[in-house]
Amino acid sequence: MDSLTSAASVLAAALAVGLAAIGPGIGQGSAAGQAVEGIARQPEAEGKIRGTLLLSLAFMEALTIYGLVVALVLLFANPFAG
Amino acid sequence: MHPLLLPGTLASLEVGKHLYWHLGNLKIHGQVFITSWVVIGILLVAALLGTRNPQRIPKGWQNFMEYVLEFLRQLVRGQLGEKEYRAWLPFVGTLFLFIFACNWSGILVPWKLIELPEGELAASTNDINTTAALALLTSLAYFYAGLSRKGLGYFSGYLYPTPIMLPFKIIEDFTKPLSLSFRLFGNILADELVVGVLVLLVPLFVPLPLMILGLFLSAIQALIFATLATTYIAEALEDHGHEEAHN
Repeated sequence: MDSLTSAASVLAAALAVGLAAIGPGIGQGSAAGQAVEGIARQPEAEGKIRGTLLLSLAFMEALTIYGLVVALVLLFANPFAG
Repeated sequence: MHPLLLPGTLASLEVGKHLYWHLGNLKIHGQVFITSWVVIGILLVAALLGTRNPQRIPKGWQNFMEYVLEFLRQLVRGQLGEKEYRAWLPFVGTLFLFIFACNWSGILVPWKLIELPEGELAASTNDINTTAALALLTSLAYFYAGLSRKGLGYFSGYLYPTPIMLPFKIIEDFTKPLSLSFRLFGNILADELVVGVLVLLVPLFVPLPLMILGLFLSAIQALIFATLATTYIAEALEDHGHEEAHN
């Protein structure tokens, strides 16, 4: 792999996972905030809210993980490495 | 293909390095098969122990296995309804138990102590081929569910609510297995990488909390996979509009 390709791949990997973390970060924050609000308003529903929150947090996490998969492909199984 | 090798430590992060077995013209990843067979063996033994001598009033292991079954039944019944869930419980239950046992075996079983000539043993769900196979099985399952219920009329559901949705629905058929497989693969691999890097930095005690977090997250991932598979099957089974709305 020539140095330009490897430099670009490393940079792209960093960008992939870094940018992919922004959206889900905001989303998870607002979801957790709403959940806390819900629990504060209705403490007896805490169990149900917690379950739903964890499930939806994992869905949002998956978006970052897609970025991570792209980053890992670029680092470990780069298709452009001649 | 140049794995990040960290020699002389407990954790060598060998992503993209595999123990190849040759089967005719096929190259297969041996380490995945070894760990899957162990997991399948564990599950078989657990099931056999639970059902070998069933008592009317369950005790001990049988009690635990009945609790597991109860949990899975609730998961499937919640989405498919009382009438449908029986046919799909074995499929979804098997998916959940296999993924769950694979994920936990990656953390709880000290695979890394067993030396392989190449590659290393880890949870078999951290190989994209395993998760892709599981996701494609899910695709087959929901197509089978739709086609066996409605025949070719299943495809008319693609035009529901409006025909404009047709391309999106077709794309969805491809993105469903893609996201299912990537979600599971990425999460498990990320867990193992994080623990591996931490073990490299501080070998003792510090990685433990993260490993416990990993146990929690990988259990959630198994639950998500099973939940999504059930949702897709339920989507394929449901009737659109013109027939009577049941449940």
